[in-house]
Amino acid sequence: MTEIELKLKSLEYRKKILRYIKMASAGHTGGSLSCTDILNVLYNRIMNVNPQNFKNNERDRYIQSKGHSVEALYVVLADQGFFPEAELETLCKYKSHFIGHPTRKVPGVEQNTGALGHGLALSVGTALAAKLDNLHFKVFTLLGDGELAEGSNWEALLAASHYKLDNLVVILDYNKLQITGPNAEVMNLEPVIPKFESFGCSVRQVDGNDLKELENNLLDVPFEKGKPNVIIAQTVKGKGVSYMENTLKWHHGVPNDQDYKLAIEELNNQISQLQKPQLHEK
Amino acid sequence: MEKTLDLKYTYTEKKDTRSGFGDGLLEAGRNNPNVVGLCADLIGSLKMGAFQKEFPERFFQVGIAEANMIGLAAGMTIGGKIPFTGTFANFSTGRVYDQIRQSVAYSDKNVKICASHAGLTLGEDGATHQILEDLGMMRMLPHMTVINPCDYNQTKAATLALVDHVGPAYLRFGRPSWPIFTPADQKFEIGKAWKMIDGKDVTIFATGHLVWEAVVAEAMLREEGISAEVINIHTIKPLDTEAILDSVAKTGCAVSAEEHQLNGGLGDSIAQTLIRNHPAPLEYVGVNDSFGESGTPTQLLEKYGLNAENIVKKAKIALRRKSG
Repeated sequence: MTEIELKLKSLEYRKKILRYIKMASAGHTGGSLSCTDILNVLYNRIMNVNPQNFKNNERDRYIQSKGHSVEALYVVLADQGFFPEAELETLCKYKSHFIGHPTRKVPGVEQNTGALGHGLALSVGTALAAKLDNLHFKVFTLLGDGELAEGSNWEALLAASHYKLDNLVVILDYNKLQITGPNAEVMNLEPVIPKFESFGCSVRQVDGNDLKELENNLLDVPFEKGKPNVIIAQTVKGKGVSYMENTLKWHHGVPNDQDYKLAIEELNNQISQLQKPQLHEK
Repeated sequence: MEKTLDLKYTYTEKKDTRSGFGDGLLEAGRNNPNVVGLCADLIGSLKMGAFQKEFPERFFQVGIAEANMIGLAAGMTIGGKIPFTGTFANFSTGRVYDQIRQSVAYSDKNVKICASHAGLTLGEDGATHQILEDLGMMRMLPHMTVINPCDYNQTKAATLALVDHVGPAYLRFGRPSWPIFTPADQKFEIGKAWKMIDGKDVTIFATGHLVWEAVVAEAMLREEGISAEVINIHTIKPLDTEAILDSVAKTGCAVSAEEHQLNGGLGDSIAQTLIRNHPAPLEYVGVNDSFGESGTPTQLLEKYGLNAENIVKKAKIALRRKSG
């Protein structure tokens, strides 16, 4: 897959996220759009996991601690062939197994998450088990910024560092907005890099909506032998749709017909831009 | 007083049930390489030291971070591993309820939550550590198996049985030295109540440490011409409703006895079963909506009425209600 094709994937994912949130009349729009590029790179460039090897204990693991951004996960899993995309039309509906937070009833989902502050401990346990079994897969965890206020994350980091889990990759989807407002107003996280560093992690900061930068850094894992890897992914909440970007309303806003039309137009324009003769784009 | 009674079960030795867990875990570790242990800084209290010593690579100290321990355990189940977590009962349940609910029960993970120092018999440390709500909390969780064995031998047998049981489980035991009155070679069947003494007038359903008190109560009642049946409900969930209904169909009344709040525990479980199927007088022995306090186990059990004398009293009330 070329770089352009990968970028197109992100845009298609964003369109689908909006489509299924609209159909469900429910969902977490802004956060799903902020982490779309991270999931794209993980599933299409980095991780060794697919429907064929999903029962294989040596597959890489993705654990989404910020479970509410489930639409991004379901859309990417459908694209990977874990289930037919049309099934997402039942998202959040009565009797559907596409529940509003990740559930292992959905093929490809590794862990049930939703209540915040649980995913990192699960990931640490899985990374620890991998070391115990001398398996060389990696465990990738996506954290939200708001959930870092949950102390359980810091308990888990202590253990990750204590057990030298350099097979653990923690990615912070740092879009800086949570349900009530900016992190800085709700519960300030800054300075966040020294916090992770002081817990014994090897930390890198990247543009979390830049596919190439994400890929290059993820390919570098482990950053340092014996240290858990942390990627502070600077992202934009609502990324890709101008009126949703950095706007609190779209934490779990559902687009109406007019909003939806506008959003799809914007994303289609970005797609057309990418598909133009590639003079300024490599 | 016990010495003068004609007890149907006797003992020559007392030991803490937590040692039954520790010895069971060691044996489980020898039998099955998938067994791993995690502990939140209470290795000595949980008697996990022998396992740690023999299997250092399969033992994980997590520090005083119980929520993290439950999450780690759930994450470690990959590749067929069977994590046993160890800490006090209050830190094993109330402190980490959401972790258990989401990452263990809802996720149907094969994690064994092993909890010591449950109930009043923790003694001197007082109310903060004497959890009396844990059985209720665990019983409410879908997928969760809840076990509360009665003595050292049964706790060891239950620990071993959990290795072969697939699914989330809560194993509750305690701190005090307690009579060993069940056989060392017993077969522990999860979910199968054990009728320890046959009787016809009243049934005593007991769990945990209070099974011994029920054995003593039976002898006391027998001296007064009352025939009590004693059933050891070591598994609170799934509850052996058939055994309960069979017994009450015969005796017509019952007493429940547990080292737990009346709300949500064994008594409530039995009441639910009876009211749906065979309404009959049921009296409760347990803690009545109160926290604990400091004291020796015997003092506290007496103050809160969790002993043979009170079981006898309640049995007589149940009998009066049946005939009245």
